[in-house]
Amino acid sequence: MVHQVEDAVLEIHDLTVTYNKKPVLWDIDLTLPKGSIIGIIGPNGAGKSTLIKSIMGLVPNSSGYIKVFDKELNKVRNKVSYVPQKESVDWDFPASVLDVVLMGRYSKLGLFKRPRKADREVALDCIRKVGMEQFLNRQISQLSGGQQQRVFIARALAQEADIYFMDEPFAGVDAATERAIITMLREMTEKGKTVIVIHHDLQSASEYFNWIVLLNMRLVASGPTALTLTPELLQETYGGKLTLLAEVGNLMEKGEFPTRDKR
Amino acid sequence: MNAFWIILTGCLVSISCGLLGCYLVLRKMAMVGDAISHAVLPGIVFALLLTGVRDSFTMLIGAGIIGVFTTFLIEFFHRKGNLQTDASIGVTFTWLFALGVILISLFAGQIDLDQECVLYGEIAYVPIDLWILDSGEVMGPRAVYISGIVLIIVVTFIIIGYKELLATTFDPDYAVCIGISTALWHYLLMGAVSLTTVASFESVGAILVVALLIAPPATAYLLTENFKFMLLITTVLGIITSISGYYLAVWLDGSIAGAMSTIAGLLFALAFLFSPKEGILTKSWRNKEQNGTLSKSF
Repeated sequence: MVHQVEDAVLEIHDLTVTYNKKPVLWDIDLTLPKGSIIGIIGPNGAGKSTLIKSIMGLVPNSSGYIKVFDKELNKVRNKVSYVPQKESVDWDFPASVLDVVLMGRYSKLGLFKRPRKADREVALDCIRKVGMEQFLNRQISQLSGGQQQRVFIARALAQEADIYFMDEPFAGVDAATERAIITMLREMTEKGKTVIVIHHDLQSASEYFNWIVLLNMRLVASGPTALTLTPELLQETYGGKLTLLAEVGNLMEKGEFPTRDKR
Repeated sequence: MNAFWIILTGCLVSISCGLLGCYLVLRKMAMVGDAISHAVLPGIVFALLLTGVRDSFTMLIGAGIIGVFTTFLIEFFHRKGNLQTDASIGVTFTWLFALGVILISLFAGQIDLDQECVLYGEIAYVPIDLWILDSGEVMGPRAVYISGIVLIIVVTFIIIGYKELLATTFDPDYAVCIGISTALWHYLLMGAVSLTTVASFESVGAILVVALLIAPPATAYLLTENFKFMLLITTVLGIITSISGYYLAVWLDGSIAGAMSTIAGLLFALAFLFSPKEGILTKSWRNKEQNGTLSKSF
């Protein structure tokens, strides 16, 4: 069940990614619509992070191509923003919250150029959006995990990009902040921005996203939320992992496991 | 006057080393500095053999190339061979250094290079090796000019690439995503480290240059939580190290390079014990005070 769209902001064609000759992603064919907030959902090891990393050019593709705004990524990098997983950096780095968020402005500045007052204003505004204004000059190692995550979101927002890729941006973030950020992301999509989020909580997924991508090494489904978050497709995505499915309210009967997980 | 030249050379060298060392420490590549400082040896020998003159410029070029080549090899073994970085560093630089040792012993008659000098350096000779113009005018010690030029290069490099170096050091993946080439800045940084190491090795030697690369930045790291201050404190520490190192050596009548590295180590120990935030003793005093005020309030 894969809905393809016209005038896609992101087009993935025949993408296969392997780590040490073991395939992690198989034959992904995907187009995503502009101005939507999109959730990527799948079990651990389904290749969700790998998908985003290969879109960002951080892991090599074995085959296929990826186009963002109908162009190669390198030509539109300034329109693309990325929130990596929090664990990807060393938080003991001697930098403050403001320092890190200002890095989001670097893509707009050339060599030699220092961030100017206008850049600081944007950075401050983004810090306010994620509710971190009282920690402006705090060293980043003295933040909680959820606060560090919010710094990363603020940094991505400071880029003022047109498309955002977020790798589990809500890990460790409290429920109230998560909701506030989702509301803000929704407002951004209403202005034509596109936000793509790797998400783990199936319960909130239907509420947060208007487009869902179900992934388990292969693309299971991609389409409007109402058509994709169905028991059948979830079962196909999660295979026999009943405990996870129990979270969506025992939508599925026990028994028949799909062949996807079998070797 | 001799003391002035020696201290000035020491300051210039330790500031260049310290500034670059800040990046090495934060990139968790401190031992890459060690590797480069040893691995440049064959580069220097090759440069000497090819040109036949002990001209600092050719030596800088030769060593610079080998330095970057070393970091390339380290990366290569790490990525292609799936070898751990530390093992990769260990294999690469010992091999290159050994090659240099063999080359020196093979061509000992042809080149004017002393292993002892390469390893331990002799900053005390700085005032003797003068730069004299054809007209006979004495311009001052050659080492001062070389280390001065290297310091200017290093400072210019950091000013031009401040954003890029900071972004690639803190979060390389994100840097790639906003269009900064991590590979380019990695090799530029490594090139700068190679240059600095070679320029310094005549004065402090291949082994002790590591002390200047790592100890002042490590000390500064304990003292501040702001990257710009870290660069600044490292600079000040470099100057303190050179001055007090020189006078310690005079007092002990010992090796200047050894004394400078000892001071660098002592300064680190002081920061480790007394740093206002991270210091071991400061922390325990703070705890005691807090306990004291707590028990008083009961």
